[in-house]
Amino acid sequence: MTDAPEPITALTDPEPTAPPHSQWRDVWDQFKTHRGALIGTFIFFVIMAAVFVGPWLWGIDATFIDVRARNQGPSWAHPFGTDQLGRDTLARMMAGGQTSIAVGLTAMLLALGLGSLVGVLAGFFRRLDGPLMRLTDLFLSLPLLPLLLVMVLLFRETLNGAFGPEKGIFILIVVAIGVTSWMPTARIVRGDVLALKEREFILAARSIGTTNYNLITRHILPNVMSPIMVSATLGIANAIITESALSFLGLGFPPDFPTWGRLLNDATVYLQDYPERVFWPGLAISLTVLSINYLGDGLRDALDPRIRGR
Amino acid sequence: MLTYTIRRLVLAIPTLLFISLVIFLLLELAPGDPMAEVPLTVPPEVKEKMRLALGLGEPTHIRFFKWMWQFFVIEPMVFIDWLFGTDLAGGEQRVLSWQFRSPVMDVVVQRMPQTLWVVAMSYVVGVLIALPIGIYSAYRQYSLFDQAGTFITMVGYSVPPFFSGVLVIVIFSVQLGWLPSIYDTTLVVVDWATFKQQLMQMVMPVMVLALQTTAQISRFMRASMLDNLNQDYVRTARAKGLSEMTVVMVHVLRNSMIPVITVIALGVPQIFGGAIITEQIFKVNGLGQLLITAIQANDLPMVHTVTFMLAVLIVLFNIVADVLYGVLDPRIRYD
Amino acid sequence: MTLKSLLLGATATTCLASAGWAERGADGHVNLIYWQAPSIMNPYLTGGTKEREAASLVLEPLGRYNVAGEMVPFLAEEIPTVENGGVSDDLKSITWKIKPDLTWSDGSPFSANDVKFTAEYCMHPDGGCAQLAKFEGVESVEVVDDLTVTVHFAEPQPNPYGPFMGGQAPIIQAAQFADCLGAKAPECTDANFSPIGTGPFKVDEFRPNDVISLSANPNYRDPAKPRFATMTFKGGGDATAAGRAVLETGEFDYAWNLQLAPDVIANMEAAGKGVALSAFGTLVERIEINLTDPSPDLPEGERATAKHPHPILSDMRVREALSKAIDRELLVEIGYGKAGRATCNLVPAPAAYASDNTDCLEQDVEGAKALLEEAGWTDSNGDGIRDKDGKKLSLLFQTSTNAVRQDFQALIKQWWGEIGVETELRNISASVFFGGDPGSPDTFQKFYADVEMYANNFDGTDPQSYLASRTCNKAPRPESQWQGENINRYCDPAYDELIKELGRTADLGKRGEIAKKLNDMLTKDSYVILGLVDRGRVSARSNTLGGVELNTWDTELWNAADWYRIKE
Repeated sequence: MTDAPEPITALTDPEPTAPPHSQWRDVWDQFKTHRGALIGTFIFFVIMAAVFVGPWLWGIDATFIDVRARNQGPSWAHPFGTDQLGRDTLARMMAGGQTSIAVGLTAMLLALGLGSLVGVLAGFFRRLDGPLMRLTDLFLSLPLLPLLLVMVLLFRETLNGAFGPEKGIFILIVVAIGVTSWMPTARIVRGDVLALKEREFILAARSIGTTNYNLITRHILPNVMSPIMVSATLGIANAIITESALSFLGLGFPPDFPTWGRLLNDATVYLQDYPERVFWPGLAISLTVLSINYLGDGLRDALDPRIRGR
Repeated sequence: MLTYTIRRLVLAIPTLLFISLVIFLLLELAPGDPMAEVPLTVPPEVKEKMRLALGLGEPTHIRFFKWMWQFFVIEPMVFIDWLFGTDLAGGEQRVLSWQFRSPVMDVVVQRMPQTLWVVAMSYVVGVLIALPIGIYSAYRQYSLFDQAGTFITMVGYSVPPFFSGVLVIVIFSVQLGWLPSIYDTTLVVVDWATFKQQLMQMVMPVMVLALQTTAQISRFMRASMLDNLNQDYVRTARAKGLSEMTVVMVHVLRNSMIPVITVIALGVPQIFGGAIITEQIFKVNGLGQLLITAIQANDLPMVHTVTFMLAVLIVLFNIVADVLYGVLDPRIRYD
Repeated sequence: MTLKSLLLGATATTCLASAGWAERGADGHVNLIYWQAPSIMNPYLTGGTKEREAASLVLEPLGRYNVAGEMVPFLAEEIPTVENGGVSDDLKSITWKIKPDLTWSDGSPFSANDVKFTAEYCMHPDGGCAQLAKFEGVESVEVVDDLTVTVHFAEPQPNPYGPFMGGQAPIIQAAQFADCLGAKAPECTDANFSPIGTGPFKVDEFRPNDVISLSANPNYRDPAKPRFATMTFKGGGDATAAGRAVLETGEFDYAWNLQLAPDVIANMEAAGKGVALSAFGTLVERIEINLTDPSPDLPEGERATAKHPHPILSDMRVREALSKAIDRELLVEIGYGKAGRATCNLVPAPAAYASDNTDCLEQDVEGAKALLEEAGWTDSNGDGIRDKDGKKLSLLFQTSTNAVRQDFQALIKQWWGEIGVETELRNISASVFFGGDPGSPDTFQKFYADVEMYANNFDGTDPQSYLASRTCNKAPRPESQWQGENINRYCDPAYDELIKELGRTADLGKRGEIAKKLNDMLTKDSYVILGLVDRGRVSARSNTLGGVELNTWDTELWNAADWYRIKE
C-alpha cells in the first residue's frame, strides 16, 4: 500500500501530514474495500428510494381498482401488470414495500435489542442467568397464534385510540413480532457470552478495574457482533413473512393494505397462470434480505479490529 | 457437571408446571370458541348444549386441575398399562380432544411416523448439509463457493415455504409428473417398492424444509467460524506445525460450535411442533397440522397437551445445550 | 368365421363386460380428497359439514334429498305424506315404513328399534347432540313393529321431515351405541370413529383429521353395489391443492368444495384430467347492516344493542343507497364465475319459496347519490366524503379471512367511495369470527362494526326456521351471552306476526307466499340484508369417475353407492 519511506526521513520524526484518523473513519475505509458490502448498500438504498420516493412519481393509487384492466401482463400503463381486481402491481409493490421494510426493520431491531439485552445479562451476571433463561423457556413454549390473538384482544382498541388505526396497528404488529422472536437471539448471545467472559482479556480488563458496564459495551458486545448480525438478517426475512401471516389471521393491516408478504401470498394461487405476479414480491423480499446480509457482512468486517488492522 | 445437570433437571419441574399454567390461562383468555366450525344452521341453543357437554360449564381452575390430573396421573398409567399389560388406569377418563372425542395421546402417537419421516429427516438433512457449507464458506471467505452459498441460502430463507412448496409441486408433480403431490400417510414400508414410494413422497417436503434449516444453520456456522479463524490461538496452532485439517476441524470448529449448538438445540423441539405450512401444502398431516387444526377449532385440551409436550422438549433441549457448552469449552463453569 | 359369429362374439363380450361391471367391488379403488379433514365419523357429535359428508358413506337416514331437492326414500319404503297416510291429518305424527331384510354391515338385522334409539341418543339432555334442532318438537318415537316407527310431535308440524331425513340425522346402530348415551357419548371412541352402518362402505381405519380407509360393505342391500372395493378419503391441505390433485395431476378422483377463483379453476380444468361440477343450493353471500350503534365510545353492555340505534344506518335511504352502488354481476364474475348467481334475496331457492325480487341487480350509482342527498348527506368540505351535522359518512366493514371476501371488500369499498361513503376494512380469522366467544369483540354476532359480510344457508328445503331467526327476540345481546341469529338486530312486530302465521300454515302454496313476503321484508322493503351472490358448490371429479351427481340439498356423497369407474 504505502511506498517505502526514504531512508533519511525514516530516522526523523515526521510532521503529521493528515490529522489522526478517527475510529469511524477507519471503519469506513475498511467498509469501502468490501465490494459486496458496497453493492449491498447501494441496492438497499435503491430499494428504499423506490419504495419511499416512487409513489410520489408514480401517480396510480395502490388501492385503486380498474376492473376492466384486471389480470393484465406488463405494459407501459402498468409496467408490472395488474392483479385480479385490476390494481396496479407496481403501485402495490411500492406501497407494500413501505410497510414491509418498516415492519421488518423495526421488528427486527426490537427483537434483536430484547434478545441481546437478555442474552448479555443472562450470560454475564450469574444471578440473572436462571430467571432470565426460564423466562426465555416460557416464551419459547407459548403457542404463537393464541398469544397473538390475546395481544390483539387486549391492546388493539387501546392502541387505536391512542395512536389512530394505522399507527396503532403498526405498533401492535411490530411489538407482536418482536416479542415473539427475541428468544433465539437471547440464547445464542448468552452462549457466546458464557464462553467469552472466561477469556483472559476479560480477566485483564477486570483486573484494571473496568466497570461491568464498560466490560459489556467495550469487550463483550463487539465480540458477539457476528451472531447478532446473522440473527438480524434472518430476522428481517422472518418479520416480513410473519407480517403476512398475521394479516391472514386478521391481526394485521386492513385487507386492502398491500404488503410484500401479502402480495406473495395472494399471488401463489396464480403461480401457474400469472407467474410474474409471484416474481416481483419474491424478488423484492430476497433482494432486501440479501442486500442487508452483505451490508451486515461488510459492517462486521469493518468493525472487527483484527480484520481492519490487516 | 453432573450435579449441575441434576440441579437443572429438578428445577425444570416447577418451571414446567408454571409454563403449563401460563399456557392454560393464555388459551382461556384467547378469543375463540370450539363451536366456530359448526355451521351457522345449527341454532345457538344447541351450540350452548354442545359447549356444556364439552365441560366448558365448569370453572377455569377445576378444568385446569382436571387436566393436570389426567395428564400427569392417568396418562402415565395408561402408558404403563400399554407397556406391561397391567390395568392401572382402569378406564378412568383420559385427556380427550374436543374435536375427535378421543384421547389426545392416541392421535399424537398416530401422527409420529410422518412427523419423524418428514420433519425430523429434513432437520437431519438440513444440519448435515449446513455444517460443511458453513465451515467451507468461512474457510474460503469471499470465494466463489462462499458467494454462491450465501446467495442461495439467503434467497432460500427469504422465500417462504408457502411459495417454494407450491413451486416444486407445480414443477415436479404437475409439469413433469415425477413425484406425488399428496403424501400418503397410510403407506407402510415393507419392501423395496414401498420404500421407493416413501422416498418419492418425502423428497419434496424434506427439501423445502431442509432449505430453511440449512440457510439458518450455515449462516451461524460461517459467522462463528470466521470469528475464530482470526484468533491468536489459530496462528499458534499453525505455528506448532499442526496440519490444516486439525487446525480447522478440531481447534477452530470446536470453539465455533457454541452458537451453532444453541441454534440446533432450539430447532429440535420445533421438529415435534411440526412444520405447519409445509405439512399443509404436501398434506403430510403431521403434528404441525394437528396443532394448527386444533387451534383453529379451539380444541383446548389438544392445544394445551401438545404445546405442553413441546415445552418439555424445549426445556430439556436447552438443558442439553447448556451441558454441551461445558463439554465444548471447559472454561465455562456454572457452579 | 362369419360376420354373424363375429357380431355374436362382440355382443357376448359386452354382456360379459357389463356383467363384470355389475359386481360389487369390481372397479377397485377410489380416492377422495377433502381439503378440510373429518375429525369424527359421528355426525351427532359435531355439526361440521366435512364430518357429515364422511359419515354419509357409512350411515344412512330413512330418506334423503336428491339433486332436485325432492325427498327420496333410502332405508324407508317410501316418503310418508298426508296423501299416502304416512303423516297424520293433524300434522302431529309421521309414520315411517322401513325396507324389509335390511342388515347392518356387521350382519345383524336392522330394525325400528335402531331408529328409536337414534332419537334417544340425540335427544339425551347431557349428550350435547349437534343435530338437536332436527328433533325439535319431537314428543316421542314409538316402535309400532319391527319395520314401522312413528314420530309424535307435541305441536302440529307443517314440515315433519326433521328427524331421520337427510345427512344430518342418519340412523346409528343401537347395539353399538347402547353404552354411549348422554355424558358418555364422547368416551365411545371406537364407535365414534368407525360406526357400524347400512351404507355402501364401512370404515377400516379412521385417522382423525388425516385419512379414512374404507371398504365395500359386504352386507349392502344391493348386491351389485358399491362398484368400488376400497376407498381412501384423504383430508387436509387447501382447496387449490385438492383441485390440483384431481384436475391437474390426476392423483385423486374427487375433490370437494373448491372455493377458488373462477379463472384458477378454468386453468386447472384445461389440463384435461377432470371436470369441475357445480350446483346451486341456498347459500347466500350477503351484507348485514347493523341497526345498532357499535361505537367504541358507548359503555360495554350497551354497545351494539337496541338501546342505541345506528346513527347513520337507521335511515333506510342510506341502506338502499349502499345496495344500489354495488354491481352484483361483477362480483359474481370476479369471485365465483359459473358457481355463482347475483341475487337480492335471502332465500334464493327452492323455487316455491324464492321471491322474484330482482330490482337490486342493476348498479345505479346516480340513484344512490340522489338517495344520499335526499337523506341529507352532502359533501360540504369537498374531501370526497359526505357528511351531515359534522359527522362523516364513514363505515367499518368486517368479514372473515378468505381471498374472495377480501376481493369483494376492496371492490365494494371502491363503489361506496364513488358515492361518497368512506369505508374502513377489517378481516378476522374465521375461527374467531364465526365462534361465539362472548369475550371476543370480533365475533359476527357481536357485530362491533357497521356492516359485515358472510354466507349462510338452511338445511333441507324448508326455510321456516331460517326466516324465524330474524324475530326481535333472537337478537344477540349481552343478556343472551351474545348468542342469537338475528345478526343485524332487525325488529318488526309485523314480521314476528307473519312468522307465527307461517308456523301454522300447512298448505305448500300458501307457505311459499308467506316466505316470499318475509324475504322481501328483510331485503327490498327495508334493505337490512343486502343479498349479493347465490353461491353454488363447485367440486371436481376425474374423467374416469362416473355416477357423480352433485347434490347441495344433502351430502355430496349421497349416491356414492352408484359411483363407478369409467373404462377407457
